[in-house]
Amino acid sequence: MQSPRSLVLRRRASNVVSKLLGTAATLFGLSWLVWILIVTLLNGARALSPRIFTEITPPPGSDGGLANALVGSLMMSVLGVAIGAPLGIAAGTYLAEFAERRPIWRESVRFVNDILLSAPSIVLGLFVYTIYVRQVGHFSGIAGAIALGLIVLPVVVRTTDETLRLVPNMMREAALSLGIPRWKVTVQVLYRAALPGILTGVLLGLARITGETAPLLFTALNNQFWSGDLNGPTASVPVVIFQFAMSPYDSWHSLAWAGAFVVTMVVLVLSVGARAYLLKNRMDSNA
Amino acid sequence: MTASSTSAAIPMGVEPAGTRDRSAAETRQDAAFRGVLFAAAAVVLVVLGAAALSMLWGGRLAFQTFGWRFITSDEWDAVGRHFGAFVPIYGTLASSAIAMLIAVPVSFGIALFLTEIAPGWLQAPIAAAIELLAGIPSIIYGMWGLFSFVPFMSDHVLPWIDRHLGALPWIGALFRGPPLGIGMLTAGIVLGIMVIPFISSVMRDVFRTVPASLKESAYALGSTTWEVVWKVVLPYTRSAVVGGIFLGLGRALGETMAVTFVLGNAHQLSVSLLAPGNSIAATIANEFTEADSDIYLSSLIALGFLLFVVTLIVLAIARLMLRNLARREGR
Repeated sequence: MQSPRSLVLRRRASNVVSKLLGTAATLFGLSWLVWILIVTLLNGARALSPRIFTEITPPPGSDGGLANALVGSLMMSVLGVAIGAPLGIAAGTYLAEFAERRPIWRESVRFVNDILLSAPSIVLGLFVYTIYVRQVGHFSGIAGAIALGLIVLPVVVRTTDETLRLVPNMMREAALSLGIPRWKVTVQVLYRAALPGILTGVLLGLARITGETAPLLFTALNNQFWSGDLNGPTASVPVVIFQFAMSPYDSWHSLAWAGAFVVTMVVLVLSVGARAYLLKNRMDSNA
Repeated sequence: MTASSTSAAIPMGVEPAGTRDRSAAETRQDAAFRGVLFAAAAVVLVVLGAAALSMLWGGRLAFQTFGWRFITSDEWDAVGRHFGAFVPIYGTLASSAIAMLIAVPVSFGIALFLTEIAPGWLQAPIAAAIELLAGIPSIIYGMWGLFSFVPFMSDHVLPWIDRHLGALPWIGALFRGPPLGIGMLTAGIVLGIMVIPFISSVMRDVFRTVPASLKESAYALGSTTWEVVWKVVLPYTRSAVVGGIFLGLGRALGETMAVTFVLGNAHQLSVSLLAPGNSIAATIANEFTEADSDIYLSSLIALGFLLFVVTLIVLAIARLMLRNLARREGR
């Protein structure tokens, strides 16, 4: 038998220990964030120069920049969002607004979309390789953009679906009672109410593909030179980072850090900005 | 506005000319609109199915040639055109296992901190900071890992592990070896950090769904905070917590770039976790553009198929577990 006093002490001790461990776990998690950000931003800031934006990727041993990779990334990301976002908005609208009579079908699409949301991106790259690159016969920026679009798609589907479901039913009823057809109600009333949420989804999708590397390796490949032609191999910042960081050359390492700096900044600004934008809109509409 | 003013101008009981045409046109437009949306939703389903099928098709040459030996053989010989995927499969599973050993307790601690320990004003900023970890692209984890974390491991951590844990009986063999820095253990730790935000945010969200009355009853009986979490909150949310862990596992299995940087790309099976290894995703990323024969390419796509199937199963389990909770909440 335990004395009551030692039992109390033991329970208190385990309580204090668990709280200490919980705090320690949080500090442990945060310390990685700080370490990664400091290393990336310090090394990147040291490697930054105006040349990054004006010169193309150099051969080993000479100086250069990342201009062609930046342009390639920009073109493929824009095209990727242009493919993924409209499809995602349409699919999300269907799930939230038009599928009430087919609950099983609706739930399976939601289920599959959730899986797609966390599916490995390298696999989507392989998929686009087999259905597009192999059929066309060459690597291309378009294939890269399709792979990126497939990554944007589930993000936008989910946010559109969730945001539309938050729109109060009164709005639908008020609009329908005026005799407005459903597609007009959706496009002119519901989209207007849900715009901040949908836009946030698109921005988060863009943030996700900004640093994506794996799906581009076998779709867009890489390109050492200027290329405005998306129908051929296209350079992108992440793939250039991968190639340069794995190389033995110091000048390439430095360029890789500069690329890492740019990618990190863009991703941070996009994801923090998207969330802040959503938060502000939620507050405004609650006020 | 315009709709209400025109209808007000129409006398009761008289149908204005063209109303029937207009409503018929609107019905057609509605049907077309619904059709477009339906097609878009179908694309989501088609993508998943087509991805699996296309990779099965692309990998058929490897599956036909090697049969089961593709999974059980550890010989990966690009020159002799003999491909067995045991080493990358083992690497994927082992590095993910290490990742989960680290990420699950830490995520639980973070969720505990965010729901029970931290003062209210601190919760949102810390949660946002932890979520930022999920936003950092994996290529950045890879570069940081290669240039910062690998030297740190080989200078400070691995010699200690080799000296102390390597001397243990039985499990000592896992921790013996030269402190190269790159290897299974380093990759597992980096993976663990990457999945912490996914697991901890699910745990935090589901811990919040526990009805206050349940927790208050336990407190009223004299429970400590720890007892409430361990004996009330955790049992109540068990299935969703498991779902969150599987979600993290699905991420860890498919993670590519970070692992490619720090795993070492070595097609040798070694007992030691300090030795370089390979994973499915890293093998594909490293060797795809070098594949110079049909059977090589097909083997890599077959690897992708295996990875896809395994992650699909893990993620499906995760979603089913999480869905149960959502349904209970809705009731």
